[in-house]
Formats: sequence, C-alpha cells, structure tokens
Amino acid sequence: MTSDPNKDSAGPPPKPASPQPASPGPLPLRHAGHHEWATALDHRDRTWWFDCIARLAVLGGGLSAILFIGAIFVFIASQGIDFALHHLNWLDFLFGKRWEPTVEPPEYGALPLIMGTCWITGVAMIIAVPLAFGAAIYIGEFARGRQREWLKILIELLAAIPSVVWGVIGLQVMKPIIQHVFGVQVGLNVLNAGIILGLMAAPIITTIAEDALKAVPETYREAAEALGASRWQVIWKVVLPHARPGLSAAVLLGIGRAFGETIAVLMASGHRLMIPESVFDSAATITATIAAELGEAAHGSEHYQVLFVLGLLLFGITFGINLTADWIVRGRRSRA
Amino acid sequence: MVTEPPPLVSVRGLSIHYGDKVALQGVDLDIKTNEIFGIIGPANAGKTSFLRALNRMDEFVPGMQVLGDITFAGRDVRTVRNLYALRKRIGVVFPLPVGLPLSIYDNVALSPRLSGITKHAQLDEIVERCLRRAALWDEVKDRLKGLGSLLSGGQQQRLTIARALSQDPELLLLDEFSIAVDPVTTMRIEEVLKELRQELTIVLVTNLVQQARRLADRTSFFLGGLCVEIAPTEALFSGGAREQSTVDYLEGRFG
Ligand SMILES: Nc1ncnc2c1ncn2[C@@H]1O[C@H](COP(=O)(O)OP(=O)(O)OP(=O)(O)O)[C@@H](O)[C@H]1O
Ligand SMILES: [Mg+2]
Repeated sequence: MTSDPNKDSAGPPPKPASPQPASPGPLPLRHAGHHEWATALDHRDRTWWFDCIARLAVLGGGLSAILFIGAIFVFIASQGIDFALHHLNWLDFLFGKRWEPTVEPPEYGALPLIMGTCWITGVAMIIAVPLAFGAAIYIGEFARGRQREWLKILIELLAAIPSVVWGVIGLQVMKPIIQHVFGVQVGLNVLNAGIILGLMAAPIITTIAEDALKAVPETYREAAEALGASRWQVIWKVVLPHARPGLSAAVLLGIGRAFGETIAVLMASGHRLMIPESVFDSAATITATIAAELGEAAHGSEHYQVLFVLGLLLFGITFGINLTADWIVRGRRSRA
Repeated sequence: MVTEPPPLVSVRGLSIHYGDKVALQGVDLDIKTNEIFGIIGPANAGKTSFLRALNRMDEFVPGMQVLGDITFAGRDVRTVRNLYALRKRIGVVFPLPVGLPLSIYDNVALSPRLSGITKHAQLDEIVERCLRRAALWDEVKDRLKGLGSLLSGGQQQRLTIARALSQDPELLLLDEFSIAVDPVTTMRIEEVLKELRQELTIVLVTNLVQQARRLADRTSFFLGGLCVEIAPTEALFSGGAREQSTVDYLEGRFG
C-alpha cells in the first residue's frame, strides 16, 4: 500500500450493525464553494439552453402531427355527424346487407363494403407477407454486395409504381389469366384485387422488414453461430424473434397500404356491392365506394353524408389496427 | 486545514428498486475528494446499480427507481440545475467496451469538442495525454484515424477509459474496468490510476479483491443489496473486518 494510513482512518465512523438514523440533510452552504468547478452545476449554460430549445422544436413537430390528424378527423366528422347521430340506424349501417343509397327508400347497409374490404385485404396479406418476408430475409441475411444493392433498388422501384398502373394490370393482365386458370366467368374479383394489392404492399413490407433485420446486432448472430447453429437456425431462433416488433410494424403498414388503396382496387375488384362468398366473387371496398359515389352525390344530401360516415368508419378501423399493433409491440418489449 | 473537507459524494439512505425487486437498500456512505473508493462484493450485490444512481444513469433503465439522497459536490443530483454539466464531471467506464462509431482520435476528442474546444493543437494534446494514460498511445499512435471498433477487445476497453478521461472528470466510476484487459496492461493502468488520485476521485468496483487491495484507500463490501462495511483497505485486508461475511468473502469462502 502506498497510501498514508492516517488519511484512511479519517473516514466516516464504521457503520454499526444496527441501522443508524440517516444523518445530515443538505450540506451547509459554506461547503458549496469548496469545489470551484462545481458552480457549473448550478449554471444553465449555452448547451443547456440549446438542448431546451431543440426539445421544444421537436415537440412542435410531434404536436403538429396530432394537430393534422385532429383536423382531418374534425372535417370528416363535421360532414357526417348530423346524419350519423340523428338519422342513421347504426345497426342497419353496420350489419345491413344492402347498400342502395340511390333507390327509394335508400338502404345504407355497409356490411358488403366492410366484408369486401376484409376479404381483399386478407387475400392481399396472404400473398404479400410470405413474399415480402422471404425477400427481406434473402436480402438481409443471404444476399451480399452488389446483388443485394440491385435487389434493394428493384424493390424500391416496385414500390414507386403508381396505383393506376396496377389497376390497369388488374384489368388487362390478371383478369384473363384468372378466367383461364380457374375457369371462371368473372375475372374482376376478390382474388384479382387481392393479388394486385398484395403486390403493391409487398415492397413496402419488404423494405421495412429488411430494416428490422438489419437492426439486429451482428454480435447476436456471431454468438449463435459460434454454438454451431446453421444459418437458418440463427435466423429462426435469434434474428426473427429479436426483430419481431419491427416485423409486426412492417405487416401493419402493409395492411394500412392495402386497406387505404382505392383506385387499383376499384378497377380490379369488379366493384359489386354484395357480400363476397368466395375469392371468385366480385366485391367492393369502403374506399372504392367513397371514390365512386362522392362525385355524384349532391353536396349535403343524405347520400353525401353517409359517405362521410363511411369515412369515419374507415378512420376508426385504421385507428383500431394501429392501436392493436402498438399494444402488441409494447407488450413484447416489456416482456423482453 | 483544521476541519475535515466536505466529501465529494455523500449518500444517505440510498435504495434502488427494479420494479418490485430491491437491488440496494439503505446505503449511507461518503466518498472523499482524491481518494480511490473500492467496492467489492459478489454478483448481485448491487454494485453496478450503485454506480448508475450516482450520475443518474437510472434514467436510461426502464423500471429503475432510486430513493434517498445523493449529493455530488454539495448538490443533490436529483435536482441539480444542469444535468449535462453534472454528467460531464462524472466519467464512467463500463465492464465491456462501448466504442462509439468513430475513429480512435474522434472517440477521444468528442467530449472536448462538445465542450467547445476546436483548436487542433489543443485537441491533439488532450488525445495524446488521455491515450497515454490509458496505456494505449504506443499501440495506436500510427492509426489514430482508423475506426475505434476495429481495435482488439482489450484495446477498445482502454479506448473507453481514455474517452472517460478526456471529459476531464472530477469523479471517475470504474465498473470492473479490467475485465477485458490483459494482466500486464491492467498493471500499467493501475499505476496510472494511482497517479490520477492527485487530480480526481475514483470509485472502483471490482471483482478482483486483490485489485481493491492494491488501489483503494478505503474499501466497502456490498452483499445482497446491503453495504455491509466500509473500512480503510489495509485494515480490512489485515484481519480488521468486523463482519463475518466480509471475512468469508475475502478468504474466498463464498461469492
Ligand atoms: N436493468 C435491470 N432490470 C431489472 N433488474 C436489474 C437490472 N439491472 C440490475 N438488476 C438487478 O439488480 C440486482 C443488482 O444488480 P447489479 O448489476 O447492481 O449487481 P452487481 O453487484 O453489479 O453484480 P455483478 O458483480 O455481477 O456485476 C440484481 O439482482 C439484478 O438482477
Ligand atoms: Mg456489475
């Protein structure tokens, strides 16, 4: 030992075995000046203020998002609220099987549109998720160097194709193919719209899923591979579980994309206002109905207002999906 | 001086919880200016948790709750006006190296730059001094622009130490700093730590009982969330421990 034993012995009195009442409160003020550098701790310097201002600025960004969402909601609600509260029979609206707003008396049963949306979105996800996850795993875990770059560029290009082009593909390409392959009369149906929407959603899911995989630290892969795990075992046991929140988010954004898509689905689905019973039935979605009918409904009429109630419904469903997803992601994090 | 100078750090009634789990309970201690304060104790004793509370790292740990009073240079760390200034004064080294994705030079120059130092000559001098102190200078002086993350594990740990020194701390918290460093280099760093005692105060958490014996002025023994005893190191190691559990631990009978 190099230290001076006298110095050592000056410590606080040894702690007795029985607990002692906690001693002095704040130190007397004369001590404050003892460490000269310590005045900086009481001083809000430039860094501190800058931090404060920057924090407010980004808070402003966050609040503006809330503001926009709120404003949109208020607008949609204001157009349809009167009708929704006073004239609309919600039971008929949610469970009625006939959407006939232009005949006398009009029927406002939105079930065909809700079911159409669900069917088409469901088919789209069944197609998109395996495709997209496959692509993401290949790009993220197996492809190397140039090949990887090219694949990523291609997929981003795919995401940039305008939706009306996808609609034309549905009308001109998919329709005869479906008629031929499955031997059905109607080529514009749930399957057609689902495939088109699935192909539209897949690039987005792929991009986000690939980001989630890339965010898994390389050390995890190394640690698992050092145990003799095969590439696939590493992916299955380590990478995918760790990336799960990100992957869920990817699927959710995909669903959102499929859900909100309008023009392509209007062109490919056949837009038949009845509940589909199989993937070969034509169907109509909420979004396509709004797009198709809003132009011909007189401003302020019942028909006009009920279309806005449809908008509210869409808003509500999207909100519900996002909340659920958030809840799933949060639950996983806190358990991890 | 007639009166005892005030302690740099003073801890009263410190308890730390993670959710329902109690990691530390009722700790009272003072850390004096320019001493090396050793903390030993088996795994799970709450040593790392203690360090986390000192510079409010608990804010980064979800669920971690700190109760009691901690003052640093007479300021309550919970209510200090300028938290960033507080953290700047407290350097931390974790058990495993945490390299920032920067070059070796930039790793060490980051903190001085954040404090507004821009002159190259001055930065060069700080970087060299800190790297020398961390016993890394000779190995990296020709590759300062290379990525810090490409160094060997032990070198990265020394880079982390150099980085902590570069912020010119008053208090240095070392959490098992030598876990990834080879014994010869560890000895060199230990020599530096002894010299550093002239300039700053060190809290040394270590699993190597002999390291505490070599370096610490006073040593405290933590066990299962309690601070069992605090004593001058020499006294503790030469049979002066009051508690049976301390004696057992020092003699390697459990842990
Ligand atoms: N982030 C955390 N969340 C929940 N519990 C934690 C967390 N960090 C530590 N703990 C718990 O607090 C207790 C004390 O842990 P701590 O890391 O302080 O021990 P330690 O003395 O540093 O041990 P070691 O010598 O192994 O580093 C442990 O029981 C641990 O499980
Ligand atoms: Mg620890």
